[in-house]
Amino acid sequence: MLINQFLFLAAILFCIGVYGVLARKNGVMVLMSIELILNAVNINLVAFAAMWGAKASEAGVDPAAATTGPVFALFIIAVAAAEVGVGLALILMLFRNRRSIDIDELDLMKG
Amino acid sequence: MTAQNVFFWIIAVIMVVSAIRVVTTKNVVHAALWLIGVLAGAAAQFILLASEFMAVTQVLVYIGAIVVLFLFGIMLTRAELGTSDDLNNDRTQRIVGGVVAIGLAAVMAFVLGKEFQDDKIELLGTTTFSLGQTTSQVSDSIFSTYLVPFEAASVLLLAALIGAIVLARRD
Repeated sequence: MLINQFLFLAAILFCIGVYGVLARKNGVMVLMSIELILNAVNINLVAFAAMWGAKASEAGVDPAAATTGPVFALFIIAVAAAEVGVGLALILMLFRNRRSIDIDELDLMKG
Repeated sequence: MTAQNVFFWIIAVIMVVSAIRVVTTKNVVHAALWLIGVLAGAAAQFILLASEFMAVTQVLVYIGAIVVLFLFGIMLTRAELGTSDDLNNDRTQRIVGGVVAIGLAAVMAFVLGKEFQDDKIELLGTTTFSLGQTTSQVSDSIFSTYLVPFEAASVLLLAALIGAIVLARRD
């Protein structure tokens, strides 16, 4: 397998997520697009870890060093969970105050 | 083509189609369900990369917790459960978004193609242990080298939990 297969897949998912963030108006949909972006990064990290681990085992280096990729991906999953929790709480509050979750109505700071 | 490659492309096509449906569908609940397709596909790719721990975590945390959280969010904000035409921005902004996304994809494809031309992941003939990807190796790493970031992540999750409760409380 080429490393580029995984990197291209992740790049495409990332760009679809960026499109979603820009094109969607509904707050929950924007959060879902952000999940797509974070997930693309996880694929990159695990793919690089597998490439590095394979090279390390070939060169006779301690393979435990290649755990960096999965560990960082784990941290990203934790941050994504925190982000969704707070994000949905914010959207809930927005809904309670405005009866709508369209984020283009949040223009209180407009001059 | 090896069997790994065949499965990679099958899963990749499923993931890309699901991702496109997530950002284009007109039904909020369907978007959450299509998201499961992307997340499960990512878990399958982790298995192909011999990273069992990440695959299980992906299923538990993303599909098990985050998608359910999304469905709660959809229900609590009383979205229209059928199709709705009011999910997208106006046409100009969608076109700009598409241009930005395609431009970004072109830049990344150029850089990746140039940098990693045909670097391979040689998984055949290796074991998960020699790749440093078994659950025991990952946990050793978390609780020794990355102990401080791990504790910081726990505090972050606690802070997010309390923050979400404070924000969502009704009083």
